Amino acid sequence: MTRAHEHGAAAQPEGTAPDAATTAARAAAHSRRAFLFKLSLALNGAVGAVLAVPILGYVLGPALKKNASYNAWVSLGPIADFPEGETRLVDYRNPVTMASDGETGNAACWVRHIEGRKFQVFAINCAHLGCPVRWFPQSKLFLCPCHGGAYYEDGARASGPPERGLFEYQYTVAGNHLLIEAGSLPTLATEACAKKKPLIQIAPQDAAADDANPARSS
Amino acid sequence: MDNPNQRKRHALKVFEWFDSRLGLARPLTEAAQHPTPERSASWWYVFGSAATVLLVLQVITGILLALVYTPSAGEAWSSLQFLNHDVTLGWFLRAMHGWGSDFMIAIVLIHLVQVFLFGAYKFPRELTWIIGVFLLLLTLGMAFTGQVLRFDQDAYWGLGIGASIVSRFPLIGGPLVGLMLGGPIIGGPTLARFFALHVFVIPGILLVLVGLHVWMVLRLGINEWPMPGRIVSKASYAHEYHEETAKNGIPFVPDAAWKDAVFAAAILLSVMACALLLGPIGPTGQPDPTIIQTAPKPDFAFLWIYAVLAYLPPSLETPFIFIAPIVVIGGMLLLPLVAGEGEKHWSRRPVAVLMLAVIAVTLGTFTRLGTYTPWSPIMEAWSADTIPTRYLQDRSPLEREGALVLQNKQCRNCHALGGAGGMRGPALDNIAARMTEDQMIRQVLQGGGNMPAYGNALNPAETRALVSFLMTLRGKNLQPAVDSSRQLTTGSPEPLPAEQGGAATR
Repeated sequence: MTRAHEHGAAAQPEGTAPDAATTAARAAAHSRRAFLFKLSLALNGAVGAVLAVPILGYVLGPALKKNASYNAWVSLGPIADFPEGETRLVDYRNPVTMASDGETGNAACWVRHIEGRKFQVFAINCAHLGCPVRWFPQSKLFLCPCHGGAYYEDGARASGPPERGLFEYQYTVAGNHLLIEAGSLPTLATEACAKKKPLIQIAPQDAAADDANPARSS
Repeated sequence: MDNPNQRKRHALKVFEWFDSRLGLARPLTEAAQHPTPERSASWWYVFGSAATVLLVLQVITGILLALVYTPSAGEAWSSLQFLNHDVTLGWFLRAMHGWGSDFMIAIVLIHLVQVFLFGAYKFPRELTWIIGVFLLLLTLGMAFTGQVLRFDQDAYWGLGIGASIVSRFPLIGGPLVGLMLGGPIIGGPTLARFFALHVFVIPGILLVLVGLHVWMVLRLGINEWPMPGRIVSKASYAHEYHEETAKNGIPFVPDAAWKDAVFAAAILLSVMACALLLGPIGPTGQPDPTIIQTAPKPDFAFLWIYAVLAYLPPSLETPFIFIAPIVVIGGMLLLPLVAGEGEKHWSRRPVAVLMLAVIAVTLGTFTRLGTYTPWSPIMEAWSADTIPTRYLQDRSPLEREGALVLQNKQCRNCHALGGAGGMRGPALDNIAARMTEDQMIRQVLQGGGNMPAYGNALNPAETRALVSFLMTLRGKNLQPAVDSSRQLTTGSPEPLPAEQGGAATR
């Protein structure tokens, strides 16, 4: 305790009765130091602002990148693997993965072979909250285990909490292989199909949707 | 003979050497012995300290787990298996951390309820409450990020649910999903950022805020025991509290603190008992998105959210998800600023007590529903649950064929029979007492009321068989449902047999 006091006393400025000249000098020195302190704050503010650029750029990097830029065409295998009129689960490897992704880099989709070269490829992720939907060929329904969303065989919403039908991947048949454009997790904001559907698909798809669900059109 | 004395003097010298440099002995002693109102030295006032002790337990067990855990999406799951099965007592440490988290949420909630009921958030402890609200949110944040680190199927699909919720945010939903996942899919960067949140970011903020929270408790004094009629007013409270503690105060250590210590020990023992008897929580299956035979479910603390999301009408869901948290959290933050004065005693605050009761019952109900998810179809019911034999005895071949249709078309996934099957739709045991044949045909073919239309999945013969089976399901021989409009027009007491597909043409 006593030693602490001694240290404290030593730290006090010396001289108990400063005269007028030193007071003025000190005031001048003080205002100069106060100004320098403010200047140093401004300097650090500027440095901080510069520093924020790379930090924000790094943190926001994944947010700023366009989802479509991750997409690539992935082969799901020869068409012969998909019998006409059936809907099958197909696994594939996400086109962009890293070593640390492990099995999470795998993905799955439901392939519905309508006829000939007409397909529908659905994301397994429910349009409600993304849980994996399961296909029941007997009742021709996709059912979600989480909140009970249900979809018809053409992916249209049947019942439950989803606001819309299943997400669809854009597909193409190259040679004898079925390819889809995939790469990012399908959600309401990042739809699997990237919103653009090939023009040629519109008419047959609508027709297929109509004759697939006569009950709903009534 | 003077040896003990000498040793004592020596120890004192060492102590002084440190304290002359640290200078902590006096402030710490003063803090420990700060006067506590005598009645506040109560068993009701032990929850805050217990939560702090649990936080310390979580930090210690968390650091120990981090010695083995691998925060890589490809290896996290197997490192948890390694912890469970190969590391000596690894399973116990995992169990302590998991159960410690559940206990911490429970204790924090009880602490919040106690503080609310005792009016402790009122002047001058408003900021203590506000920081406490953030501590609750951070605790829940730790629970969610911790559930992600248990990188199993539930964690994977839980992240998917999180991403789906975030994606609903207007305009910036897409970028937010990217920010959350750290890339286009749930993968390595996703786990890495949740690891950083769980291990660095949230605990850092949590510890700083706990420090402030405890500092304010010491500075402002513990809440006095509320008395009906003793009104809090900003003008006189400080004076009254000071008078009370000067007159009836007892030193926190040791007069009041022994209860905190006993309760903290009991809680730690309970965590250890749960860990020992119930074992570590998970991991469930591997986080492989191609394994779709899964029914993901969040941890206990979030079951109520899971339930709410099942019951909201689709059109209300997105607005609710984004507006409700603002209202709830905003309300909690504003509470002490709006109601910072007045009565503290619960018997004089009926609205507060009623609000608490309503919120508790609501959360409890939704959590209870979340434990058995009546809204989820039971995916295996159609092939696993048999039709009770009594429903098949003395039935015509057509009716038995209908029972087969019911089974094969997955009706049981949503409809229970004899207590087995899904609960998404109504149980069918007495369906014929509630619906006429026409109504059944219409419902089956066209769906509606949350049921898909089966017009495309059933041929007329199947529909006919199915409905004729359903017509036999009348519970304990209840009267069959009757179309009274037909009775009026035909004068016949018996319902006419409906023609196949008659409903569709109406």
